[in-house]
Amino acid sequence: MTTTTHDHHDDHDHHGPAKGLGRWLYSTNHKDIGTLYLWFSLAMFFLGGVFAMVIRAELFQPGLQLVDPGFFNQMTTMHGLVMVFGAVMPAFVGLANWMIPLMIGAPDMALPRMNNLSFWILPFAFAMLASTLFMEGGAPNFGWTFYAPLSTTYAPPSVTFFIFAVHIMGASSIMGAINVIATIINMRAPGMTWMKMPLFVWTWLITAFLLIAVMPVLAGVVTMMLMDIHFGTAFFDAAGGGSPVLFQHVFWFFGHPEVYIMILPAFGIVSAIIPAFARKKLFGYSSMVYATASIAFLSFIVWAHHMFTVGIPFAGELFFMISTMLIAVPTGVKVFNWVTTMFRGSLTFETPMLFSIAFVVLFTIGGFSGLMLAVAPADFQYHDTYFVVAHFHYVLVPGAVFSIMAGAYYWLPKWSGRMYNETLGKTHFWLSFIGVNVTFFPQHFIGLAGMPRRIPDYAVQFADFNMVSSIGAFMFGASQLLFLFIIIHTIVAGKKAEAKPWDGAEGLEWTVPSPAPFHTFDTPPKID
Amino acid sequence: MTEQSETPRSHVKVVLTSIGVVIGMVLFVFYVLRPMYYLICEWTGITGSTFETVEAQPFEVQMDRPIKVQFLATNNATMSWKFRPTMNEVIAHPGELIQVSYYARNGSRRDMVAQAVPSLTPFEATNYFLKTECFCFNQQPLAAGEETEMGLVFQIDPDLPDWVKTITLTYSLFDVTVASGSASAPAQ
Repeated sequence: MTTTTHDHHDDHDHHGPAKGLGRWLYSTNHKDIGTLYLWFSLAMFFLGGVFAMVIRAELFQPGLQLVDPGFFNQMTTMHGLVMVFGAVMPAFVGLANWMIPLMIGAPDMALPRMNNLSFWILPFAFAMLASTLFMEGGAPNFGWTFYAPLSTTYAPPSVTFFIFAVHIMGASSIMGAINVIATIINMRAPGMTWMKMPLFVWTWLITAFLLIAVMPVLAGVVTMMLMDIHFGTAFFDAAGGGSPVLFQHVFWFFGHPEVYIMILPAFGIVSAIIPAFARKKLFGYSSMVYATASIAFLSFIVWAHHMFTVGIPFAGELFFMISTMLIAVPTGVKVFNWVTTMFRGSLTFETPMLFSIAFVVLFTIGGFSGLMLAVAPADFQYHDTYFVVAHFHYVLVPGAVFSIMAGAYYWLPKWSGRMYNETLGKTHFWLSFIGVNVTFFPQHFIGLAGMPRRIPDYAVQFADFNMVSSIGAFMFGASQLLFLFIIIHTIVAGKKAEAKPWDGAEGLEWTVPSPAPFHTFDTPPKID
Repeated sequence: MTEQSETPRSHVKVVLTSIGVVIGMVLFVFYVLRPMYYLICEWTGITGSTFETVEAQPFEVQMDRPIKVQFLATNNATMSWKFRPTMNEVIAHPGELIQVSYYARNGSRRDMVAQAVPSLTPFEATNYFLKTECFCFNQQPLAAGEETEMGLVFQIDPDLPDWVKTITLTYSLFDVTVASGSASAPAQ
């Protein structure tokens, strides 16, 4: 590793960022690229949020008010795609870029130029995806799961742009993952052994393996769609000897690991934050590592639980039901460890900690509704209802998104050198916490009562809960403007932060000054 | 920045291995996942579809075991043909060779090509329902206004599970005029 740092040192006599736009366009600095990823993800979070607001506004009352059903379908589709591939995933890659080198004592990511490429192709992918909204026939309208033949035979012409956008996102994710793996395997500071790595680094390493394994599957499935649409193949066309059910199998073979790609780094973030504010070591570090690895392994053998109602043999239903329920075991270990870390700790409740505790509680609720859905015979009732919507929003919004916000508040002093306003942060937390629960908790009830997902209109008996849900969504959406304000306010006018603004925080990232200098760990730190 | 030659060997190794995995996974989708799906479908018979011609087998006919075989016809999506079985059901005895037919009429003003896709319920019977002749084995071209009777000859394997008393066979008719590339049929 000494050679790497040495080479790097020679190249940077100036020791500072370039000036102007070029700094960002040509950047190979992990901190700059991390910042780009995070801003990009925030922008996509707002774009996807606007789509969500359109959905909730239409569902505010029964009947068709604001948008026509076709446009409503485009909104649900684009909301899902933008949030999954544009907001959550790039946010985690941004955090990885910023924090992994700092956490393992490396001077930069392993492959800085590839790092630049993997970021800069993303804006093109999403510009292409967003441009479909203005095309003839409209944007993709087949749901974020793009089941064939909705996404092939019956798709709007813009589906081809969607396919290429997904290809580019996939390439970006794969490059990001390769970079993370090379960095973690090769660039740990001397003494940073595997079992000394912070949990965020561990969870990201495992996530990167998942990405490399399943993003090609996504690329494969959209390529099959492309060939069906343009080259006369019949992968998913029953008339030509193909099968639409094959699409669902291949998609969920990607899709289930994908949902863990969106939650494992979140586990890493809260595993960093909870010990810091409990002022105790993380309880059961090694069990956390093994639990993460087990979850990643299990994610490959549970995909058909998304398809219980599609028609799989009885033995298959049993297998996928039991393997799915098994996931509750390592996940339970994790939740137990977080709770035990807090137990008898000297707790304080700064904003990152509030988001982390909310993560533990609300993610667990999402996990429990997941267990309900895992029960194959019961799933026939829940399938494609708002119960499913409530379930995955509970694991993704107060799960993944809250963890990202927790991480943003926790590391913002390190990134910007300034402290956010605690009162505003707490206000943002409480508004988000109340908003998210008011939005999604009633959706459990309307789902159990039978309201299907992805519909612009509904039976009048669902009206009250839908109105409550919409009010919660507007509240949650509006409170994110406060988040944006807090970030800008911190960067512009925050109080200067110390190198280690949290007295319970541990890790190498707190040994460098705040803001973290442009180059850190040019000589590897000593780890005892 | 760093020159190409300066990228440490250890990084190159990770990159090459990862690219190998990525290529491997794409091939896995096309050459393992997809064939595996069809293998499992065939093995369990779950789709209720077989397109295989089977030679008539010299089974002993079990006259004391009547099986009701029902026939249904569905037009997929925009398929405009008249399409129905000529009889709604027959009583078949395992081992017996039985011939039935479906009626089809192209009522449109253009020449068209159709493909019928079978589906059988209960799916556990799929692999015991042997088709020695079936119109679903081939695409069916019909000129504008033309009508036809399409034959199906089948035999039930006596090993059919005892609990199966009724078998329902559905054919879905797909318009494959465009896909079949039939020159006489402009895609409108």
